[in-house]
Formats: sequence, structure tokens, C-alpha cells
Amino acid sequence: MITKVVTNANIAVQDIFDGATIMLGGFGLCGIPENSISALVSKGVKNLTCISNNAGVDDFGIGLLLQNKQVKKMVSSYVGENNEFERQLLTGELDVELIPQGTLAERCRAAGSGIPAFYTPAGVGTEISEGKEIREFNGKKYLLEKAFKADFSIIKAWKGDSAGNLIYKGTARNFNPIMAAAGKITIAEVEELVPVGELDPNFIHTPGIYIQRIFQGLNYEKRIEQKTIRDES
Amino acid sequence: MSLNKFQIAQRISRELRDGDYVNLGIGIPTLVANYIPKNINVVLQSENGLLGMGPFPKLSEVDPDLINAGKQTITTLEGSVLFDSAESFSMIRGGHVNMTILGAMEVSENGDIANWKIPGKMVKGMGGAMDLVSSSDNIIVAMMHTNKKGDSKLLKKCQLPITGKKCIKKIFTNLAVLEVTEKGFLLTEKAEGVSVEEIIQKTEGKIEISKALKDI
Repeated sequence: MITKVVTNANIAVQDIFDGATIMLGGFGLCGIPENSISALVSKGVKNLTCISNNAGVDDFGIGLLLQNKQVKKMVSSYVGENNEFERQLLTGELDVELIPQGTLAERCRAAGSGIPAFYTPAGVGTEISEGKEIREFNGKKYLLEKAFKADFSIIKAWKGDSAGNLIYKGTARNFNPIMAAAGKITIAEVEELVPVGELDPNFIHTPGIYIQRIFQGLNYEKRIEQKTIRDES
Repeated sequence: MSLNKFQIAQRISRELRDGDYVNLGIGIPTLVANYIPKNINVVLQSENGLLGMGPFPKLSEVDPDLINAGKQTITTLEGSVLFDSAESFSMIRGGHVNMTILGAMEVSENGDIANWKIPGKMVKGMGGAMDLVSSSDNIIVAMMHTNKKGDSKLLKKCQLPITGKKCIKKIFTNLAVLEVTEKGFLLTEKAEGVSVEEIIQKTEGKIEISKALKDI
């Protein structure tokens, strides 16, 4: 019988090849696939195109892949907070494509749901509309944006079962469910892997049909970018 | 006296209506959350996937899996709901979010906004700003009237790369409240003790004075 469960991150990412296009879930450092990123760093795979809302920070998240010079191109909506990223961009070592966040999300969603392209109002009249088809509906202009194509999607969930069904926690959900459906091969890492039957079907966020490999991750750091607290009193 | 950023936020809070779903940008807009009138229910949307954003956590409540779009730790409230990024921007583009409050570097007299890129400086990205400004009918700007050099930020035409065209309806600055009309900026309120002449002098774009002009 086929099983989706693999023992660790190194096995999960073993066939990710040089030049692959990969989607990585997460918003900032929240909900990122920490174990898989570390495994990609150890594997040393090169010339990656990474589709991810952000590019991590210098020493965490996708920043680790950047430090190791494994990324050829970043496709993101916001890439601040990363000095190595800036250095590589200015020297021309790294290519970057900036995309409005909602368009980024919809291009992931479209990729996973058989929609080749869609019209969106975001970016009409700005420099990102250059070279794109513009069409008017009901007196308002829209841009044609195309679905992404990704060889692999790497995502992170809170709980998952051996069938690949997933539940997320808090705002760590973000891009993970839509990237899950978008990859030709989707690798899910979870904090807690349970046997089938343990998750209530009423509360599953991502159906296992989208997941090809799943493993229980270890030692999640869950680094916080902006720890803001209110007075206890 | 011109207003400080807290007073700008306080004035904007009077625009909120009971039942509004509101997205607050980074900077002065974030401060508006502190001044929501107690007698109305306003639900804050955070575009990374939360409706019903609560205050910052106490130290004992900090959860790395719960952040806002500025990547700050936050809390949920009774009635909060979590969702993915596609759903979040469906809400935004679909016009379900009633009001968006954003910071800006420049606004032009026809309602264009520039707030994402300065040529020659590191470009960090537009995040969700282009989606937000292209979608809602009610987009308002909170900003200082002039930049650090003292130049007007209310222009005939934006000099910086724009984030969206003809999308801003109302602007709240340290000096004034202005609406964007067919004829340019319309001055409707001014900070107490600030002269109309000063506001005209610090507004490069076309400006008309409302007959009903009053103090903020």
C-alpha cells in the first residue's frame, strides 16, 4: 500500500532538483516549513526559484537558503528585513519579482484549481501592469494575471494525519492551504502527525488529496519577528 | 496647533461606523485601533488571515502562530475568525471590507496614491497595498501634510511610482481633513489654530475651501 508518510525532512525533499520552482508557505516567519528549509540547506540544491510571500530574515527561514546562495529568483510581495537579500539583489546575483499580495495568493489558488488566468484590479495603472493585458468590465479596468507553475510546494501545518489531511493554527495558515493544492508534488510538515481517524473531518482545513508527502517535524523554533506586548496591568 | 499622530488617529476614529469591517495599514493607521468608540462594534481585518484582531498580548499570552500583517504578535477576540491568504484577499477585492486606512508618501489631486517604492532605494515590495487600494470604495489616507524636507505630500501628480489610481477619497493630515473631488482637494476641516493660508501654502495640488469649513 502506498504511504504518504516519510520519516524526516531529508527524505521528503530528496528529489528536489537544481533549478526547481518551489512554493514555500508562511507569512514572515509565521507558519514556515522550518524542517524542510533546513533539509534544503543541507542538500545544497541550487538555482531555486522560490515563490513565497516573504524571504525570511538573514539567519532564519528562506534567509538560510539565500545565505547559502541557493536561490536564483524570489517571487514575493514583500522582502524587507533581510540584508543578505538586499546585497545579492544589488550585485545582480539574485532576481526578484514583486507581486501584490492578493495577486500572489490568487495565482497560487488558480494554480491548484485549474484556472489558467484571472482578472484582478490590483496594480492597474501602476508599473506592474506594464506588458499585461488590461480589460474593462462594468467600467472598471482589470489586469490579466496567470496561475503559477511549481514543481514542489513545501508547507507547514499544525496537525496532520497519515492521509495528508491538515489543520493549521492561528495565522500560521496564510499561504499554506493554497500552496498545498498548487504544487505538482506537495510536501507537508506538521508539528503532530496522527493516525487516520483522529482528526474530526468537520475541522480539516486542507484535504489530503493535495498532499503527496507528510512528516512530523522536530524542534520548531517559531521565531517571532516583532514581539509586541501590552502592559500586564 | 498641528495635530500629532495620535490626534490624527483619534480624528480618523470618528469616521468609523457601527458594524464596520476595517483594514488598518502600518504606521498612523494602526493607532486608530486605540480610539474605536466604546459604543460601536468595529471588526479589524489583518490581511494575513484574521478578522477580529485583538490587542497586543500580555507576555504570558504571546503566541508565535498569531501575528498581524506587520508581523507583530497579537491576540484574537470572541468572534474572531482565521482564514488563508486567498480568502483574505477575496474579502478585500470583493468589497466586503468597508474601510481601508493607509499611510502614504504622496497623494495626488485626482486621488492617486504612492506608498510603496522610492526610486534609488531598496525596494521592499507592495505587500497587500495594491490589492487594498484597488478594491474598496472607502480608502482613506493618514499622513503628515509635508515630508521631512517640508515639501507638500498633496500633489498635482504623484512623483513616486504609484500604488493605485484615483482610489483615495479622504485624507487626514496633521493640519487638515481633505476630500478628493472632481475639482481636486476640498478642505473640509483644519486643525485648530492653523491658518487656511498655511494649508494652501503646504498643498501643491489644486485646493478649494469648503463653505462649511470647521475646526477638527
